Amino acid sequence: MNALPDLPRDGEQLQGPALEARLARTWSDAPGLWGFLTTVDHKRIARRYIVTALCFMALAGFSALWMRLQLAKPENSMMGPDRYNQLFTMHGTTMMFLFAVPVMEAVGVYLIPLMIGTRNLSFPRLNAFSYWMYLAGGIMIWLAFFLNIGPDAGWFSYTPLSGPQFSPGKRVDIWAQMITFTEVAGLAVATVTVASILKQRAPGMTLARMPIFVWTMLVTAFMIIFSLPSVALASGMLICDRLIGTHFFNAAEHGSPLLWQHLFWFFGHPEVYIIFLPGAAFVSEIVATFSRRPVFGYPAVVMSVVATALLAFGLWVHHMFATGLPRLGYAFYTAASMTVAIPSGIQIFCWIATMWDGRPRFQVPLLWVVGFIVTFVIGGLSGVMLASVPIDLQVHDTYFVVAHFHYVLIGGAVFPLLGAFTYWFPKFTGRMMDEGLGKIAFWTIFIAFQVTFFPMHFLGIMGMPRRVYTYPTGMGWDALNLLSTLGAFVLGAGFVLFLVNGIFSSRRGAIAGANPWDAAGLEWATASPPPQYNFPHIPVVFSRTPLWDNRNHLPVMTGLRVDDRELLLTTVMEAKPDVRDPSAMPSPWPLWAALATTCLFVCSIFTPWAVVIGTLPVAAALIGWFWPKTPPKAEPVIE
Amino acid sequence: MTLPVRFTGDLAELPTHAFGNRSLTWWGIIGFFMIEGTGFALAIGAYFFIMGGEQSWPPAPFSPPNAVAGTIFTILLLLSEIPNTLAKRAAERMDLKALQKYLLIVCAMCVLMLVPRALEFNSLNVSWDDNAYGSIVWTLLFLHVTHYLTDFADTAVLTALLFTNHSAEPRRFVDASENAMYWRFVWLCWLPIYLLIYWLPRWVS
Repeated sequence: MNALPDLPRDGEQLQGPALEARLARTWSDAPGLWGFLTTVDHKRIARRYIVTALCFMALAGFSALWMRLQLAKPENSMMGPDRYNQLFTMHGTTMMFLFAVPVMEAVGVYLIPLMIGTRNLSFPRLNAFSYWMYLAGGIMIWLAFFLNIGPDAGWFSYTPLSGPQFSPGKRVDIWAQMITFTEVAGLAVATVTVASILKQRAPGMTLARMPIFVWTMLVTAFMIIFSLPSVALASGMLICDRLIGTHFFNAAEHGSPLLWQHLFWFFGHPEVYIIFLPGAAFVSEIVATFSRRPVFGYPAVVMSVVATALLAFGLWVHHMFATGLPRLGYAFYTAASMTVAIPSGIQIFCWIATMWDGRPRFQVPLLWVVGFIVTFVIGGLSGVMLASVPIDLQVHDTYFVVAHFHYVLIGGAVFPLLGAFTYWFPKFTGRMMDEGLGKIAFWTIFIAFQVTFFPMHFLGIMGMPRRVYTYPTGMGWDALNLLSTLGAFVLGAGFVLFLVNGIFSSRRGAIAGANPWDAAGLEWATASPPPQYNFPHIPVVFSRTPLWDNRNHLPVMTGLRVDDRELLLTTVMEAKPDVRDPSAMPSPWPLWAALATTCLFVCSIFTPWAVVIGTLPVAAALIGWFWPKTPPKAEPVIE
Repeated sequence: MTLPVRFTGDLAELPTHAFGNRSLTWWGIIGFFMIEGTGFALAIGAYFFIMGGEQSWPPAPFSPPNAVAGTIFTILLLLSEIPNTLAKRAAERMDLKALQKYLLIVCAMCVLMLVPRALEFNSLNVSWDDNAYGSIVWTLLFLHVTHYLTDFADTAVLTALLFTNHSAEPRRFVDASENAMYWRFVWLCWLPIYLLIYWLPRWVS
């Protein structure tokens, strides 16, 4: 080995430990804090995204418990309406913008390069930048809350309530600017995801051989790209209405509060599927592995995912049934809302068929899938009810709606996410999660969830409105509210148990090999946890289940540089090897650019001139980012 | 334990750069096209939404914007496509001298366009805080000004880079080619906005 220390590429002469040492040197981050701040490794960035999102989830969870405590009994004076308004706004905003979407994207950021057999995502610095932006936006809004200037106009900040007349002060501006932060982050990750999936798949991984997970994340990324600009535009208009006196949403000057609702829900409805589809992606992977057969009806599942995404952009008006619409609008959006149940149903039948035809092992990840199917179907049924205009008008803004969307969002996204954490935990950490504790956590969360949210269906039908900080006695709501509050605290305890299991298992769990579940995907072909460079050689794929086809060896290609960061680009459809492309080195510039952009966004809450003056440091940081730092190097001669 | 490997081929002979959709940069830029295009489309949708609530367009007593500055800007912008196309072709045949020359011409035209662009704000005959019509017209113009300035800055930095020793790297030519594609998107986006700001109020009033 010592005779060949300087080979610039992997190959038969450079493999095994010598190759791994060379790649580790090339792909490692700087040690310590500097490495932490400058890393562009998708796995490190994804891990910190996930940890941060879980912290925000905990904050939003505490907000929920605080609200449930307030609602545990009628005429409770524990808090006043202002605190309650802030709490439900922070809960919804955090869960949607700071937890659900980022955590789903983050799981993709970690897993996609491993599943498609590449060394890093495309545009790794953009990926790093997105995390810093997300973190800054989240910190800003929670600091505001702790200073008692938290947003209080609901997670969708309807105008005119959120406009300058009814929400003076800076609370809504902070909300709107937090939206801008998370939109920048979300759009950056979506672009990175699309480019990576289309151009960096392992040789042989045609579109028809792509894991369903990757298909789903690709579709989700496109949904983000086409929906998030809507809320970014809307929140920009809202800030302008509040800061410089524009009249987009001011009816007195011929603006329209409904314009806000259209723009918000053109984003807001696809958002639901942006959260649900990754959940479905986790389910597809888990079901296949634990049923020990590929997912039944691969083309049907993929087409369903695409159909869901397309239909999701035609549903937004069903959030606006109570605003008064033309008759044709009611009919069209009712039909569209019911239609979206069809592709979701197809996926569910395919998963059930997979388990039916397979040899299911009911370990913890599969339990979460079963919990997901039961809960999501209940949420889907109440969704079909709500798609009907007369029912929607009757239960609009009641706890029935609260029950419905918690069933589809927690059931449809959080349960699969917890299953995904358990399933990929060995890949993230190199250790298995404890099965016993995992089962206890599953049953606690599953049962407590039903106890918390099922009574809300009845409360809604009995007329209890959403977003009220208390309610009078004698309405018949007392016992159901108390039951819901008890359920919520047990649910919280279940999440703590899950977390304890995670922390305990990451230190003491059984050591996992590369492929502890005997799964089929490429992510299980590399070590657990994966090295910085993911794969010593670039894997080659001949089917949808590469690790099940050949259990004795992994086909690979050689020839990428080991002395410089290099990726393989392949063709979009057939994934034929095409170009060796350099991959970005670690850099502090994404952080500097994020800091400059943060200054611009935060200051623009207070003065419009920040947009003009703040552009200069942002531009300087971006030029610093893109300006090459090292002199051009000649390509080494091919041996 | 990871699986033992079996070598099936070698990638060393592959090129290290490629133009068009073979390049990662191209896909990144397509991503930004989709994001920005959606933003423009929705802003245009908001324009029509506000227009639908008015009896006349522009709403009385406002008169349509003066189209002179906007039209001069549009003509210059469309003319800039000539050196832009020549720059793209020079980049793709990796002719550094020609690329430098054409990019300098594009930059010079961008500087020239700043004059009518600035005058456009004085031509609208409405302020952003007069009513919703004024708000949306200013927004459309502001969004496109941002778009134009961003790619102007991008082109200027790239041009500067091409006069350093970094110009020797083949991927700089890929960057230049993709930058030219982005400039096309800038003027393509402007055409419907130009019609909406300056001509639709005349046609429907």
